[in-house]
Amino acid sequence: MSETPARSASPWLSTLGPLIGLVLVYLFFALIGPDSFTSIRTLQTIARQTAIVGTAALGMTLVIILGGIDLSVGSIVAMTSVVVALVLNAGGGPAAAIVMAMLAGALTGLTSGTLVTRLKVAPFIVTLGMLLLVRGVAKGLAKEQKVDAPLTWLVELLASLPPERSFMIVPPGVWMLALLAVATAVVLRYTRLGAHIFSIGSNEKTARLCGVQVERVKVIVYTLTGALAGVTGVLQFSRLTVGDPTVAVGLELDVIAAVVIGGGSLSGGEGTVTGTLVGAFIMTVIRAGTSQMGLPNWVQEIVTGTIIVAAVAIDRWRHRRVEAA
Amino acid sequence: MVELKRLEAKGVRKRFGPTLAVDGVDFSVSAGEVRALVGENGAGKSTLVNVLSGVFLPDDGALFLDGEAYRPASPRDARDQGVLMVHQELALAPHLSVAENIFLGTEPTRHGLLQRGEMRARAAAALAELEHDDIAPEQKVRTLSLASRQIVEIARALILEAKVLIFDEPTSSLSQPDVEKLFRLIGRLKERGLAIVYISHFLEEVWQVADSFTVLRDGRSVDEGQIAEASASAIVKSMVGRDISELFPRTSRSPGDVVLEVEGLAGMDLPHDVSFELRRGEVLGIAGLMGAGRTEMARAIFGLEPVRSGRVRVGQFESAATPTMRLEQGVGLLSEDRQGEGLAVTRTIAENLTLSRLPRWLRPSDLDAAAAEWIAKLGIHSRGPRQRVEDLSGGNQQKVALARLLYHGLDVLLLDEPTRGVDVGSKAQIYELIDALASSGKSILLISSYLPELLGMSDRIAVMSRGRLAPARPVNEVDEEQIMQEAVS
Repeated sequence: MSETPARSASPWLSTLGPLIGLVLVYLFFALIGPDSFTSIRTLQTIARQTAIVGTAALGMTLVIILGGIDLSVGSIVAMTSVVVALVLNAGGGPAAAIVMAMLAGALTGLTSGTLVTRLKVAPFIVTLGMLLLVRGVAKGLAKEQKVDAPLTWLVELLASLPPERSFMIVPPGVWMLALLAVATAVVLRYTRLGAHIFSIGSNEKTARLCGVQVERVKVIVYTLTGALAGVTGVLQFSRLTVGDPTVAVGLELDVIAAVVIGGGSLSGGEGTVTGTLVGAFIMTVIRAGTSQMGLPNWVQEIVTGTIIVAAVAIDRWRHRRVEAA
Repeated sequence: MVELKRLEAKGVRKRFGPTLAVDGVDFSVSAGEVRALVGENGAGKSTLVNVLSGVFLPDDGALFLDGEAYRPASPRDARDQGVLMVHQELALAPHLSVAENIFLGTEPTRHGLLQRGEMRARAAAALAELEHDDIAPEQKVRTLSLASRQIVEIARALILEAKVLIFDEPTSSLSQPDVEKLFRLIGRLKERGLAIVYISHFLEEVWQVADSFTVLRDGRSVDEGQIAEASASAIVKSMVGRDISELFPRTSRSPGDVVLEVEGLAGMDLPHDVSFELRRGEVLGIAGLMGAGRTEMARAIFGLEPVRSGRVRVGQFESAATPTMRLEQGVGLLSEDRQGEGLAVTRTIAENLTLSRLPRWLRPSDLDAAAAEWIAKLGIHSRGPRQRVEDLSGGNQQKVALARLLYHGLDVLLLDEPTRGVDVGSKAQIYELIDALASSGKSILLISSYLPELLGMSDRIAVMSRGRLAPARPVNEVDEEQIMQEAVS
């Protein structure tokens, strides 16, 4: 048995598939799409749009590796975008708004994590409940309307760069995503917490046997995911310049799709930050490409759906082949 | 007794990889006969009845049903020909009704429509015949007790007009009154002319219910005869009487202070009452049959299962504890379920080996180096620390699980079936390792179903039977037959 060739455990190789997919999708639109698709401007738009899905997907990567799921992400984004507007209106500075948004998101995640571990209810059900509950809170906080807020530098996070700051190449929100991605990758690869997350997703019983405090790790992961959704809420506010309780409906599905396209397994134990980012980029490239070609929204949706199923099917097929070898 | 063989097996052989699970067994059962199939764990009983009931195809040998060649291709095929098994873990759909379960797969239909009335009536008739009209055909199976579920399985056999009924450890989860009811029921089935194969660990049951017996040992039928003419001690002797082929190293040791003290420990279900002391530099063997509560005992001590009452003292620590705390106190558990619990098989050797003792900040290269060290020390055949555990052989996987306990630097090792599913070569290495550990002052609780191993490795042995642990005795004061006698009592 020990002589059989094993698949490599390198995270880089498992990201290679999605990366090739990204290049192919990009080349496809570059060839058949309008010339404007290959412009720097379009690349910047893609980067800006990826910032929102990508930031939320970082947290989702942790949850999915853990073997869980969080459906409340879209609602948290909407609620925290409202929180940002409310804090700014109340005279708090932008920094305070960011902190409050992260705290509100973290609190939601903490609640989900506590319910999952204490009540032993499936995370799908708990976070489905939270999806509705948090959306309701968002609408209540916003009194069922968009919340205007004074202009601050927060709106520049995802705005097009003014010429004098073109040295930044992409808006600060995209840099934020890059920074958070590096941090998440470091947690997963270089900390005990990361190793524990992988072990729980891979075999929860083994983790327990080895003294991993499974419940504690789960609560931490859901809380982190909530906090990252809070950051996403700040970015969402920046896009819209208002707090909108009805925004980001269904965002959690895009986010889950990004993780899964990037090689995350819904049964846990698998997933990488790089894969997730590539997955998020694939989704936005498709969106940008189809809209620049003037294709209606429904075509985008069909294409995106097909890509998701195809990506996962290819990944499973690849797995089976390796296992059979 | 009419000597018409209902079901007969001649020279049946079944191989799993390198192990010959059943090695040329002759076996038969007649109409109106209850034949007990006895033997130690791993003697080949389950494999044999799985061949009879169509789960496995035999590699060699012939089967006959009422004198005709019988070669079931699947459990369904066997059932259609009249050979049925009442499973250890009952095979019923909990959300369906009793009648639906009884007719599962053989539902009567007319013009494609389910005949529910007919199903209910025939199910009720079958249950009445079994004198169990307390079970209603409409009842959902999940609302039934385990004993009643078994009745439903037997009713299924009546409906299908089975010729041969195989019971695999039917009493393992029944209360005493239910056991007696079941025996009366088996008596009635016998009168109906069914041939019955009865597997049990408990000799007293065999005496109560069976007419004849066959003893399996190491995949062979070594003894058979009529219960009326046999003695319990003779059967026990043929169950265990094999020559010990492995070499068990046991350095002479003088055990030190008590490091683990268990008093009156009871779990939520099992065990009922466990008390023992484990000393420094000692191997304490725990014998017993499967389901006696040995695994539950180890898990309760380690904090993986809730404790109803009793106390566990580790060194100066005395209180209930979680696995995390036990590991900090220096107690580790080797799980009997290597694939399902012991190891995260999709992760690498290094990840598995270091999981219980990770620093807050990891350097993958350090972990690899630590793993490489243990791979070398225990002679784990692999291509390196980054190889996935699922690509290793059973023996090498077990060495990874053991290496984790050693890497953690534990003093008290609870080893649950450490050589199960392990090849002979790795077994010998594991024995050497256990001996070396005990000699170096570690304390080892060795749970095993393999008697020669227990006798060869332990300093003292205690036998567990139905949730109770008998007092431990020095190994030179007991022999296999005594242990077996205690375990089946």
